[in-house]
Amino acid sequence: MAILVIAEHDNAAVKGATLNTVAAAKAIGGDIHVLVAGSGCSAAAAAAAQIAGVSKVLVADNAAYAHQLAENVSLLVAELGKGYSHILAPATSNGKNTLPRVAALLDVAQISEISKVISADTFERPIYAGNAIATVQSSDSIKVITVRPTGFDAVAATGGSASTEAVASAQNAGTSSFVNEELAKLDRPELAGAKIVVSGGRGMGNGDNFKILYTLADKLGAAVGASRAAVDAGFVPNDMQVGQTGKVVAPQLYIAVGISGAIQHLAGMKDSKVIVAINKDEEAPIFSVADYGIVGDLFDLVPQLEKLV
Amino acid sequence: MKVLVAVKRVVDYNVKVRVKADKTGVELANVKMAMNPFCEIAVEEAVRLKEKGIATEIVVVSVGPTNAQEQLRTAMALGADRGILVETADAEPLAIAKLLKAICDQEQPGLVILGKQAIDGDNNQTGQMLAALAGYAQGTFASVVKVDGNKAQVTREVDGGLQTVELALPAVVTTDLRLNEPRYASLPNIMKAKKKPLDVKSPADYGVDVSPRVKTLKVEAPAERSAGIKVKTIEELVEKLKNEAKVI
Repeated sequence: MAILVIAEHDNAAVKGATLNTVAAAKAIGGDIHVLVAGSGCSAAAAAAAQIAGVSKVLVADNAAYAHQLAENVSLLVAELGKGYSHILAPATSNGKNTLPRVAALLDVAQISEISKVISADTFERPIYAGNAIATVQSSDSIKVITVRPTGFDAVAATGGSASTEAVASAQNAGTSSFVNEELAKLDRPELAGAKIVVSGGRGMGNGDNFKILYTLADKLGAAVGASRAAVDAGFVPNDMQVGQTGKVVAPQLYIAVGISGAIQHLAGMKDSKVIVAINKDEEAPIFSVADYGIVGDLFDLVPQLEKLV
Repeated sequence: MKVLVAVKRVVDYNVKVRVKADKTGVELANVKMAMNPFCEIAVEEAVRLKEKGIATEIVVVSVGPTNAQEQLRTAMALGADRGILVETADAEPLAIAKLLKAICDQEQPGLVILGKQAIDGDNNQTGQMLAALAGYAQGTFASVVKVDGNKAQVTREVDGGLQTVELALPAVVTTDLRLNEPRYASLPNIMKAKKKPLDVKSPADYGVDVSPRVKTLKVEAPAERSAGIKVKTIEELVEKLKNEAKVI
């Protein structure tokens, strides 16, 4: 039994979510192979070979896989995946985009965002915005699965010594092409992998007021997130959104500032180790999940907090 | 160009769901149901394409229980021209994708629009699976859709920001929250929608086997967080975070 893990990478380096996915593969048990598909991705492939527990890295370096368009990569994974018992990808926007296509091409179901491995065919996954946890068993011969990165502790990025094998296959569906990309500039830790997250909601009032959160975050070495209300109001870009429809985070410390705590938002952060809520409304639902809450004006409290940490 | 839109009947997003005592699922009896929010955005986008003169007909499809006719009528009140209901109990995304593929073969749409995920199963699979089965390109998590001749440019919400791709039509687009703001149905339109055609079919009509591949063994409530405390001052908060929780 061998498991194929689809690496999340930017050609130069392997993204952290891949390490959590390899951890899920370890929990299933078996030989772990990692596929690095991209264009000019030899550096990412070399990094993948260092991951602890990986025995082989398959490298598909071809112009067809530049920008990892789902139409092309899914054909590649479906072709390679026939020899595996499990195909895993992190539940990132790339993984979610490509893997259901792979499952359909192989005529098997896909299991989304598993948070726990019970056995090689049985998994736990959250449903209804995390308000229920389903234990599901797959009867398919190949299990195609996306892994919720926050559900598994990352394996070490170094210490492994996998062999590397080039894959010649160049699948090009010819139905889609990349036009451009606008990536938000990040000089703080990435939201999904940060140890501390400071998030702002509608209570921030406007985008300029987020500056006090950035100052606090920089002092704590934290990432900054937001609720959907803050994104919809145009305070911050949408890739900062934490929630059912945004990113799911599980940091050591989550500080929710001016966030009421709607079901949709809680789905994205309630697995955080410690939750702190700063809100002027003492009835806000966020206080029902917060380990430490403080009722008051965030414009007084956040600068005070920043001075003390 | 014909546009096909898939909608799903789900528990209203404001309802706090409860897990059944026997752990077989969540309590759905006497719970308010509604159209999945992402599907509303899909219907709205199709109606806007029609208003721009790009779409000529909007066909709305649902795979689900008899009651899903309500959601199809809602979509028709918003501007869809006719509806197709494939009646079946809880079907998995792969089965729904196969049914939609069969309907695409019959209807030959130029564009298929779905929501990016349903808020009950949180799967985020059906659109991608349909695209794979039909051999279509896909524009998932769309926040902007521009149709130009036989191509569509779709701006997608990805982890680091936004990505724009160009797709050959026919293609599948799945909607993200910021694609548009869905309109409300007016009373006259709700009345008119009652007269629009609605076909009721079964999976057997399309020759699709909907038997499940994945068995749900149990459904449980998530672990409760233990109740926290309210602190009075920031000094107290910082002291607790440093010495009690040891997170800073």
